[in-house]
Amino acid sequence: MSRRRHSDENDGGQAHKRRRTSEPIEIEDRLESLICRVGEKSTSSLESNLEGLAGVLEADLPNYKNKILRILCAVARLLPEKLTVYTTLVGLLNARNYNFGGEFVEAMIRQLKETLKNNLYNEAVYLVRFLSDLVNCHVIAAPSMVVMFENFVSVTQEEDVPQVRSDWFVYVVLSCLPWVGKELYEKKDVEMDRLLSQIEGYLKRRVKTHVPMLQVWTAEKPHPQEEYLDCLWAQIQKLKKDRWQERHILRPYIAFDSVLCEALQHNLPPFTPPGHMPDAQYPIPRVIFRMFDYTDAPEGPVMPGSHSAERFVIEENLHCIIKTHWRERKTCAAQLLSYPGKNKIPLNYHIVEVIFGELFQLPLPPHIDVMYTTLLIELCKLQPGSLPQVLAQATEMLYMRLDTMNTTCIDRFINWFSHHLSNFQFRWSWDDWADCLTLDLEKPKPKFVKEVLEKSMRLSYHQRIVDLVPPTFSALIPAEPIFSFKYGDESGTSLPGYPVSITVSNAIKNRASNEEILAILKEVPNPNQEDDDDEGESFNPLKIDVFLQTLLHLAAKSFSHSFSALGKFHEILKNLTESDDGKLHILKVVYEVWRNHPQMIAVLVDKMIRTQIVDCAAVANWLFSQDMAHEFTRLFIWEILHSTIRKMNKHVQKIQNELEEAKDKLEKQQHKRVAPRDSGDDEDMEKNSEEDEEGQLEEQIERLQEKVESAQSEQKNLFLVIFQRFIMLLTEHLVRCETGSVDISTPWYKNCIERLQQIFLMHHGTIQQYMGTLENLLFTAELDHHILAVYQQFCALQL
Amino acid sequence: SSTMSVKLNALNSDSYIEVSQYRDQHFKGNRYEQEKLLKQSNTLYVGNLSFYTTEEQVHELFSKCGDVKRIIIGLDKVKKTACGFCFVEYYTRGDAENAMRFVNGTRLDDRIIRTDWDAGFKEGRQYGRGKSGGQVRDEYRQDYDPARGGYGKLAQQHRSTERPNSF
Repeated sequence: MSRRRHSDENDGGQAHKRRRTSEPIEIEDRLESLICRVGEKSTSSLESNLEGLAGVLEADLPNYKNKILRILCAVARLLPEKLTVYTTLVGLLNARNYNFGGEFVEAMIRQLKETLKNNLYNEAVYLVRFLSDLVNCHVIAAPSMVVMFENFVSVTQEEDVPQVRSDWFVYVVLSCLPWVGKELYEKKDVEMDRLLSQIEGYLKRRVKTHVPMLQVWTAEKPHPQEEYLDCLWAQIQKLKKDRWQERHILRPYIAFDSVLCEALQHNLPPFTPPGHMPDAQYPIPRVIFRMFDYTDAPEGPVMPGSHSAERFVIEENLHCIIKTHWRERKTCAAQLLSYPGKNKIPLNYHIVEVIFGELFQLPLPPHIDVMYTTLLIELCKLQPGSLPQVLAQATEMLYMRLDTMNTTCIDRFINWFSHHLSNFQFRWSWDDWADCLTLDLEKPKPKFVKEVLEKSMRLSYHQRIVDLVPPTFSALIPAEPIFSFKYGDESGTSLPGYPVSITVSNAIKNRASNEEILAILKEVPNPNQEDDDDEGESFNPLKIDVFLQTLLHLAAKSFSHSFSALGKFHEILKNLTESDDGKLHILKVVYEVWRNHPQMIAVLVDKMIRTQIVDCAAVANWLFSQDMAHEFTRLFIWEILHSTIRKMNKHVQKIQNELEEAKDKLEKQQHKRVAPRDSGDDEDMEKNSEEDEEGQLEEQIERLQEKVESAQSEQKNLFLVIFQRFIMLLTEHLVRCETGSVDISTPWYKNCIERLQQIFLMHHGTIQQYMGTLENLLFTAELDHHILAVYQQFCALQL
Repeated sequence: SSTMSVKLNALNSDSYIEVSQYRDQHFKGNRYEQEKLLKQSNTLYVGNLSFYTTEEQVHELFSKCGDVKRIIIGLDKVKKTACGFCFVEYYTRGDAENAMRFVNGTRLDDRIIRTDWDAGFKEGRQYGRGKSGGQVRDEYRQDYDPARGGYGKLAQQHRSTERPNSF
């Protein structure tokens, strides 16, 4: 066995695949493999592969019917990008075996019910779309499909249900029409017209408060950022006008028409949409991301318009491919680039647009941000002659439109671009962006470049960045990330804390004990007090300053050195930060010494929270304090805040899980006790020990319950602090502008109000549970409407 | 039976997070125990680093996959300086898996780095195991890598014993 870690030929794990294609032993595995792989690159045509597979499956039906049913249901749900391949397969099977077709339809309906019950609404869409395409394959009778659609649309008549519920049912129906609109209109045009008319009425009266919060750009030009249902409606309208002529979707069943039209069709059983349940989690609304149109891809095939059904289908399929293959970047890139019908569309542009659409999606991208960076790199590798150029073009466009881009999206753009560059020796034509140098540094463009350079420095080093950009960019170059020791230079010797800092420094170097160091620190005068009678128990900012500055200076070499220092002197630090004032001041000092190294500040704050030297509320108060106002628009501030909120959330989650586990254990114990048992002499002893165990568990549960309540209370308090601070800052700004008759829309304001939005968006799941308190205490009607609007937009996400 | 519970093996491919063939020869325990630890581990070995790559750079890159619990920079046993590898430990396995999927095989400090599952850091494992103090791979390699001390140690020795050309 090789002792070397990796062979350099392999680029990640996918080399294993080559070794793993051994013959499946079980027939069931073989069936699974055959079905999953049909439609992939092959020496034979798709039609002949489908024909062959249908024959194989038909022969296996007597023995493996249930397995085949389950596999087909699964691919319908999990491989929506291959929809028409599988509907054709089912069509062929139905033509050969009518009963099987019927059983498949029944199984699909059962699966649909289950997905809806489990809040898997996106998968349910794929199932309904599959059923609708089965109409094209003569498996399902068109009139019965129309009836199902009518039942779906009737949900719009329900009262007192969240809008997102009826939204979903309308979306499902509309999203099937590119596939089956033509067929349904040919058979049931009157009913379909009525259906569309009902939908139109519903779309007109829908509330769209949520839209501004979900738009990547606030500008309508060059491409309107449309609400997803509005966009889909426009696409279906156009399709209808074009008499349902749709030329993009690959339809293998057309080649089999003579066989399929002989088949007997099934009627869908009547399907009543399940009623609204209070714990239902419908998909939240979306805004359709558009950055390209046909003018951007000057050569080659024309890009389908934003209101064409083709555009919808292409984007749907590309999103589905990413959803299926996101874990394996090589496969994902290959699948995207081999999209069927790629020769008729500017595929690279569609891919880049879909990927950025996901990366910038609000509230959150479907997958972790870094996946998109790596996927784009993979795509550049596979298409080195064309994709990098499209990506550069996209980057340029995104830069040009920074002024109206949502702050959260700008964050992601910064992180993507700097990480991407770090994989390509930071090569970029920075001179092209010299226009930003003439602007106020708080404006989006120079701010963006500044943050990119800062992030790029973190992935390399300061001199690299200096060498990288033209000298004209010097104002945007980040500071050298070095420690600022106030007691370190000439001017420091006259400071009041200087003598003690020398003593402490020597004590630490000589491995003095904590008691010895505390004794030394007692000598530090307290600027907050007049007399020295005090025992030194109260908050002494100078004491904290002297100790921490000295300690962190000694440990400045690396993260590990600093962490080690925090650990070694944990006791002293806890002692110094007992009060809230102490906690606030320690954060102040950390900032002061490391203000040129925001990355270090972030990791130290993280460590201090985890070791309970400071708490989350202290960090929030510190970030919003007057001392930090000049840094308020910098990215690192918000990274620290969101990281703090996440730690709080994970902490609550952890204790909740412990409580659940303990409750489960108790339940199991209680069941054991109730179950009848063989009697014996040991019965009494067993009984006693079991009761003891139960008693212990009950005690544990009580303690955990208290812990959960206390953690939740801390969590709620954290959000209250944050929202209160936002309201104070924003109100102050709005009042000041109003009295001075000045436009409120300064770069600071745009940043601040979008940061408030960001809190809601990034933590919407957690915040939902505290809505009552927020509404009663903070987001009341008296609030300035600009601020209240953000809260209302947030509420609209689940109405 | 529920149709929802079907897991299609063909669709569950997640090859980037698979455990590799490498096994630590110094591991205290049998192969089974080592494999078990690898399958549960939150710790990654990271290789092919430049000697100049810092903890800060590693932290910045790997934080893109989740909160990093700790980083241990690999050291030359003799010189006690960085010798081109490190360990990255996450708080959760899921975050480490994302690093295997999205950081492995990409660049840090202009070099393609490799990540692999590690059974867990133990004191002593931060040192290179090559005879000269660095990593084994730097003992025998023939190529010139300025970011990893130039030529491999063996090749350096051969070079120094060659007589300089004389006229």
